[in-house]
This record gives sequence, structure tokens and C-alpha cells, in this order.
Amino acid sequence: MLHTVNKSPLQTNDLASCLGHLGTDGRLLMIEDGVYGALSGTEATRQLAGPAGEGRVYVLGPDLEARGVDAGTVADGVQVVDYAGFVQLVVDHGPHQAWV
Amino acid sequence: MAYEVNGITVETDEEGYIEDLSKWSKEVAEIMAKEDDCELTEEHWEIINFLREYYEEFQIAPAVRVLTKQIGKRLGPEKGNSKYLYELFPYGPAKQACRYAGLPKPTGCV
Amino acid sequence: MSDEFEDDFSGEIKRFMFVNRKAPHGTIYALESLEVVLISAAFDQDVSLAFLDDGVFQLRKGQNANVLEMKNFAPTYRALEGYDIEKLYVERESLEARGMTADDLVVPVEVVDRARMAELMADQDVVMSF
Repeated sequence: MLHTVNKSPLQTNDLASCLGHLGTDGRLLMIEDGVYGALSGTEATRQLAGPAGEGRVYVLGPDLEARGVDAGTVADGVQVVDYAGFVQLVVDHGPHQAWV
Repeated sequence: MAYEVNGITVETDEEGYIEDLSKWSKEVAEIMAKEDDCELTEEHWEIINFLREYYEEFQIAPAVRVLTKQIGKRLGPEKGNSKYLYELFPYGPAKQACRYAGLPKPTGCV
Repeated sequence: MSDEFEDDFSGEIKRFMFVNRKAPHGTIYALESLEVVLISAAFDQDVSLAFLDDGVFQLRKGQNANVLEMKNFAPTYRALEGYDIEKLYVERESLEARGMTADDLVVPVEVVDRARMAELMADQDVVMSF
């Protein structure tokens, strides 16, 4: 299934809890303030390194750009997608769970 | 709007449900029923009293489907059906019985 | 007649899970979730509720929100059975992290571990998070 997280990992435990329920096949997309989870060299990116290394972690590009995070600097393995990519993830990996 | 009952002002919302459930009394139910040209019998009170007990226990007014089922369990199948309940409360068990019982409108009832 | 009428509406049954992750009285999420769940019961779907993270506090015994002049909805979880909503899953790790067990909850539930909870979520047609 596709999980989305929209809160900063420094603000809530949504990202950590989501990662705990990702299983072996789940996908994670970070959106809105959730994109701070993709900042490289942080505790959050250490936590998501496993699934990111397997190509199962995504971040929404426009939300990165809006927050001044260069898409080229996100943590290793995290893939940047646009809105069309978001839609495609829902199509490919539904059902969708929003960790709000 | 509001009713004056035994010196207490009982306010209702625009649909006629009591605002402050603690102000309910049997007299309020009887006044509401009289306005609807309905005489409250023992059979009506069985349902009204059940609704009050249900609310006391669960803090919600039951959906009609749930009310029907629970009445059937407690009072038997000849009363636990919508025909019986609608004969007693032609405006509907939710809209009429819950209102007389001083409960809020059931969740999910429009 | 009435059977035919009902048959017209008997579409495909979908699995709906309501995921509750917030403590009950600080925000409106828990009460909103409960109201949506009660309404969903009218549609005869396969409904389950999941409680994890601070969501397990929603089921804690002994609550009395009336002292805050707010709706005390903890007893309402006990009405779910009458609405034919009987699948309540509570995550063991979330309970343990809060010093609680199933005995501290207002309703009988199925306690599942995190891995099982993840499976249950992935197994749904629709997941709604609160």
C-alpha cells in the first residue's frame, strides 16, 4: 500500500510510526511538511534508509522547492516525484493511507 | 423555542430537540406529544424509556436500525420491527421518539 | 417486496478501516472518527477500527470529559457492537509504550502486534485516518 506522511519528523512521530507499518512491500511518499523527513544526514533519513535503499521512498518535489530544499540534496535512495508521479503511485500501490 | 414546565424553561433547537438534556421531564414529553396530536400510551413510554436508558449507557441516540434490533431483543419481535415503531411514532422513531425522550438527534440521521 | 428493495442496494462489500492515532480530547479527530464510523454502519460494509500510537488512549477506561464540559464519548465505543461493528484492533506496542494492557480498555478488543497491524492495513480496500 501507499503511505503518505505530511508532518515534519521533528514535530510528530507520524513518520516513525508509518515506517513501523511499511512492511516489506509498502511505499512511502513524504508531502507537505513531511518532506523535511528527506533532509540528508538526519535521524529521520537514518530511519528510512532501509526502504529508501529498496526504492520504496518518495518525496514530492514542489513541496521540497517551496521549503527551499534542493531536490538534488535529499537523502540517498529517496526519489523525487511531481504531482503526476503522486497520482501514479496511488494507481500502482493503492490503497492509500494518510498518516495525518 | 422553549417550553415552560413546572417553572423550568426548557429550550429546544430549531428542530425541536431539547438543548440541555438534564432539563427533560415526563411533562415535557407529554407537551411535545400533545403538539403532535399524539397521546402517550404505555407502549410509547416503553420506547421512550428504552431510549433514555440507551443514551445513559452509550451517550448517543441509537440509529433506527439499532433501536429496532434492541427493542426486539428486549420487548420481543412483535415490537422490534419498523411497522410497530412507525405506528407508535408516525414521524419516525428518531425524529419523534428521540425528541420526546429528550435526546439529541441520532448521529447520521438527516 | 422489502427483500427486493434491499437487493437493489446490495453492491460489492468493501473493507473499510478507520485508523485512530490521536488522543481523544485535545483535538476533534477521535470524535469525528467515531461519528463517521457510526454513520458507516448504515452501509453494511466490512468495517474495522484500528487504534495505535496515542489513539489507544481513546479506549482508556475511567474517562470523564464532562468535567471539561465536552462530550464524554468513551462509553459510545461500547455501542459499536450493537451497530455490528465488532472488529477493533489495538496495537500491542502502542499499549505497552503507554503502560497499558487490554484490561485498561472500555471494550473487548483484539490486541495485535505491529507487523500484524501493518498486514491488516494493507489488506483493506479503503483506509481512513484520523
